[in-house]
Amino acid sequence: MSSEVGQQHPLSLYFWIWGLLFVVSAGSYMIDFFQVGYDVGTMELRWALILVFMFLKAGYIVAIFMHLKWERLALIYALLLPPGVLLVLVGLMAWEADYTWLTRVVYFGAEVAPEPAPVEHVIGH
Amino acid sequence: MMWIFLLSDTFIFSIFLTSYMTVRATTAEAWPNASEVFSLTLFGTTVPLLLIAIMTFDLITSSGTMALAVNYGYRREKKKAVIFMLATAFFGAVFVGMQAFEWTKLISEGVRPWENPWGAPQFGSCFFMITGFHGLHVSAGVVYLLIIARRIHKGVYDDTNFEIVEITGLYWHFVDLVWVFIFAFFYLW
Repeated sequence: MSSEVGQQHPLSLYFWIWGLLFVVSAGSYMIDFFQVGYDVGTMELRWALILVFMFLKAGYIVAIFMHLKWERLALIYALLLPPGVLLVLVGLMAWEADYTWLTRVVYFGAEVAPEPAPVEHVIGH
Repeated sequence: MMWIFLLSDTFIFSIFLTSYMTVRATTAEAWPNASEVFSLTLFGTTVPLLLIAIMTFDLITSSGTMALAVNYGYRREKKKAVIFMLATAFFGAVFVGMQAFEWTKLISEGVRPWENPWGAPQFGSCFFMITGFHGLHVSAGVVYLLIIARRIHKGVYDDTNFEIVEITGLYWHFVDLVWVFIFAFFYLW
């Protein structure tokens, strides 16, 4: 399925991207390590950072490691457009969500619990 | 063909993640705090999401070794390609091992697909479905890598330009790619 010539790229490119992937992963872990949205900053900042690091990392993997950057345009479109349709599904589900939530709370009397119970790990695990 | 398979797999994982979004957004109960659920206590300090972070870095490492294997394949350096594929399989197996540890820990703490001690019961079903399906992909990938590495070693692909390594690599990078989204949405969000 890949292009006729094969993918010949210098090793240094892979090491660069490999390093970048580590940096980006560390970045997304730092969001939780510093409890962004809880201890510092707002939830909007947390969600924005999660998405930025996620798309950066996904982009590096698909474009460089999976060589999509060098594939012909038809394949790129064939691969990127169908998942784009999924965004419609995500949008619809998100749109419906508050309706379902309200139905549960208003008509079925579900109790709203804003905070989860604190987690206590058993020592020794 | 591998791209087509991966596209269909993209839809499966996307639908898992979309249903996770739906149940999380529609439940009136609180969603368990993943940061606390997956924290590990080391030397008296509790570090949030530690095991998951290690698993993430392990998977990134395996993606790097796979990229090198593909590169050596195209250079016709068979031996190096095989060694890096075996290294990739090793890191994949380590990932599955850590996941087994994580599942054991959560099950022993009372997480089930229908209940958990902290909040919305859907947490368990999403967790077991999504990470289970991903873990299954990693396990299958390890087997796939070992089979292809052995075939390369035996010289089955000597008349080709070793595109088979690239195809195997596509599958492996895809497994890493899915983890990026699971990490962002399930563990961090």
